Parts: sequence; C-alpha cells; structure tokens
Amino acid sequence: MSITVQNLSKKYGPQLAVNDISFEVKTGEILGFLGPNGAGKTTTMKIITCYMAPSSGDVKVGQYSVLNNQDQIKKKIGYLPESNPLYTDMQVLEYLEFVAKLQGVPSSKIEKRIAEMVHVCGLNIEKHKKIGELSKGYRQRVGLAQAMIHDPEILILDEPTTGLDPNQIVEIRKLIRELGREKTVILSTHILPEVEATCDRILIINEGKIVADGTPETLRKQAQGQEIIKVEVSDAANSDDVITALSSIPSVAMVDPVKDKQFSYYINSKENQSSKREVFETVVKNNWVLTEMTPIETKLEDIFRDLTTN
Amino acid sequence: MSTTWIIASRELKTFFDSLSAYILITVFLGLSGFFTWLFGSDIFFINQATLQPFFSVAYWTLFFFIPAITMKMIAEEKRSGTLELLLTKAVSDWQMVAGKFVASLLLIAITLALTIPYYITISFLGPVDHGAVWCGYLGMILFSSALLGIGFFASSITNNQIVAFLLSLFIGLFFIIIFDVLAGNFTGFIGQVFHYLSLSTHYDSISRGVIDSRDLIYFGSISYLGLFLATIVLSKRNVVE
Repeated sequence: MSITVQNLSKKYGPQLAVNDISFEVKTGEILGFLGPNGAGKTTTMKIITCYMAPSSGDVKVGQYSVLNNQDQIKKKIGYLPESNPLYTDMQVLEYLEFVAKLQGVPSSKIEKRIAEMVHVCGLNIEKHKKIGELSKGYRQRVGLAQAMIHDPEILILDEPTTGLDPNQIVEIRKLIRELGREKTVILSTHILPEVEATCDRILIINEGKIVADGTPETLRKQAQGQEIIKVEVSDAANSDDVITALSSIPSVAMVDPVKDKQFSYYINSKENQSSKREVFETVVKNNWVLTEMTPIETKLEDIFRDLTTN
Repeated sequence: MSTTWIIASRELKTFFDSLSAYILITVFLGLSGFFTWLFGSDIFFINQATLQPFFSVAYWTLFFFIPAITMKMIAEEKRSGTLELLLTKAVSDWQMVAGKFVASLLLIAITLALTIPYYITISFLGPVDHGAVWCGYLGMILFSSALLGIGFFASSITNNQIVAFLLSLFIGLFFIIIFDVLAGNFTGFIGQVFHYLSLSTHYDSISRGVIDSRDLIYFGSISYLGLFLATIVLSKRNVVE
C-alpha cells in the first residue's frame, strides 16, 4: 500500500511546521525521514497517522484520504509515536491484547498474534510485568510490538531505536528490513548510519521543506560533485616542490596541504575527472615515494549538515 | 459500539487494578453508612424507615468523588502522550470519551449497588416507600452522569489533573448551588432560566418519586453536552487556520 503526500502544510498558530511538501512512498519501500529537531518530521507523521488534520494539502494512503477515511487508514497503519507513550499500569500481555482488540484483530487470532509479537520483539521474560516496571529498551520493544500487532500494511516509526542497546538495535534494524520487503515503512531517526543500514530511500526535511530526496548513493554523488583524495609523499626535499608538481597536473583543480602534517595533501580533481593515476605518475617521475592515497568519501553526516544549516 | 466497550472495559479494569476503586467504594460506604446509621439525623433519630439520610449524604459524597474519578481521564492521557497512541488506533475521539464515561458510570453504579444491603436492612425495620427508594437510586445515577459530563469537559481542557479536579468542582458548584440561589434572586424569565438550570431542583423532584421527562432530558443533555464539549476540545488539534 503506497502513501502519497500532496502539498501538505501544517500551521501551529503563526508557525509553519510543514510547508507544502509532497512525496510518495511505494509498497515495499523503507523511507528514512531525516531532519534536525523541529524540522516537521513528527508533525508529518502525526498527519499521516490521522492524529492531526493538515492545514492544507492531502495525504492518501492507498486510495483513502486522511481527510475523510480516517477509520480505514488507522486500521492499516502501525504507529510508534516519538516518546513511546504506553499505559504504564498495564501488563505487557494485557496491553497487547487491548491494542489487538482495538485494531480489530479477530478474537480467534489474537492469541497467536500476541505470541508472535512477544517472540519477534524478545519480550518473553518480561511479558507478565507491568509496563511501568520495564526498562527503557523493553518499553521500546513493547512499543514496536503494539505497532505491529495487527500486521499492518504500513509502519510508521518515530525514532524506533532510541533507548535500545547495540545488540537490540541490530536486531530491530534487521526486523525492519525484513518487514520492509512487503510493507511500506517510514522511519525517522537522528542516527545517520541507521538510515544507511536500513533505508532504501532518504528524505531530508528542514524547516518544513524537503531539501533532499533519494537513495544514500545518489545523495552522496550529488553532494560530492568532484573527487577528493588524500595523498602523502615521502623522500621529497621540499614541500613547495611537491605542491607545484601536483598542481601542474591538468586534471587537478586544487592542492591543499594537510594541517600539522608535512608532505600530506588533499587533492581536489576537476569535475568529472579522476586524477589518481596522474598523481601517481607524477610522484614516481620525481623519484618520491607515495605512502598514502585515500579517496575521501562525503559522509552522510556532511550532507546532512550542509543541507540543514544555513 | 464494540470499540467503546473495549475502552470501557479497560478503564474499568484499571480502576480495580489500582487502589482507586477500592478507596472510593470504602470511603463512600463508610461515609454514607456512618450518617445513615450512627450520626446526625440518622434513621434512628428521625425514627422512620427511610433512605433519605443516605441519599443526602451520597449526594455530597458523589459531588466530591466524581471530579476525582474524571480528573485524570483525559488530562492524564494528554500529559503522558497516550492520547496520541489511542487516537491513532481505530478509535474516534467520541468512542474514547464515551468508553471512559461508560466505565466511570459503571463504577458508580457498582458502588451504589453495594449499598443495597442498607435498603434491605431498613426494610426490615419498618415500612419503606419502595418507589421513593428506586427513584432515589435513579436520581443518583442521573445526578452522577451529569457530574461526569462536567468532569470530562474539565479534564479535556487541561493536562493537569488538579486543575481538572478543581475546575469540575467549580462548575459543579454552579449547577448544584449557585444557579439555585440566583433563581431565588431573579424574578420572571431570568429567574425561570436559572431555576431550570439548577441541578438540585431536578434532582429533588426525582428523589421525591416524580419521574418527569423534563428532568430526564435535563440530566441527559448536561452529560451529553459535557462529553460533546470534551470531544470538541480534543478535536481542536485539527483546527485548520
């Protein structure tokens, strides 16, 4: 089931939290929703899950619109809200049963679904405890379990891995990947490696507007533009000689010495050209020794920072 | 309907899983029993087999207890964020409010049912006006549902339980005392309006054993209006500016 967001805006008083955004998520796609705090991620999710109505624009889930088919949409969506609110005075099993009933799971299947969720989310030891007695990690698992209990076609997870330990994070990511094969998943996070590990597509949003949309690779390519390599040379007598020699290579745009390190340089190539081979040949011709040549990849963090700071 | 019932049964279970229901029942039975049998104008003092002393104590006890039941109903859900959790399930605002109302009313009905032994005991002591007793119970339920409506409204406009409690007491005070006093101070049309709005006049006529449709409509509309306003306040998050 696909999600189509069309010219969505949401105002809180005079403040525009979401400003005319449009995007589409297809079935079987895992969309990573990135953005600094207050960018409008949670607001967008709240609108998709029918908690709030948009100020203008529309969201279509399958053929249903959030403006007039809320009941059908709510049944199709599993939602983990941002701070993972739960009824702390209920037992885990009791709570899962309550949610299953609300979401219209037929009573003959409730027991099976609960057992499955307890297994998948690793809740077996804690299932008879009250939710208020659980640690943060276990509460997060209960949050995930309640979101998935009715086997929804769409999962919307607002920061699903906060509070989990590294092992659990790996498990949950694996789980999301598996679910993502047949379901549509939107997840928001601050952890950038998580997006790379789990998402097919990234959407970066800043101040209510979409600033980037694409796979991690395409985003990287867009941001990078030109090749950057780090080179270290030894056996040269004078650093200036090296810089002059390297700068004279036709494909090199700029040579930038690394701070606090002699005979080490960042070399920016001209657009759509690679200078690796020529750098190597130049070094050999001068009887120097090339001790390091590392391509510098633009990290997702850098892309994120570039796009979201003004 | 079934969604409403799922929510109501969860709420009811929460009452009995925590101490709140037991405290409410114990204190209610204790207070009303004390004044019915032992102290003040108890039945031995007035020397009549009647539940009138019980009903007048129950009236005031419920006046203070109902805000205590309703104060957390919506305010706490808002504060802890579980409101979002609940309303993104296949539940409408109205179903949630109605479910909680049904649970609260059931709790009060259970509490009142536990005072049936008073009625039985008193009926052994002398001739009891059975009609008046059942009307008294009906009056209690109607009175409670009106106060619950007020309480839900108060709980919906804040996320602080204490504010919700005080606010519903304050609004309740208007309905059971202040409108009555104002009705005495004005004559003509305004006086009649206040007289109609006063909850105590309607309650009195029912507890005397007169079941008038106007009184039923009055109590029904107060509680419906309270719940309706509560859903309106909740739906404010959807306001398109």
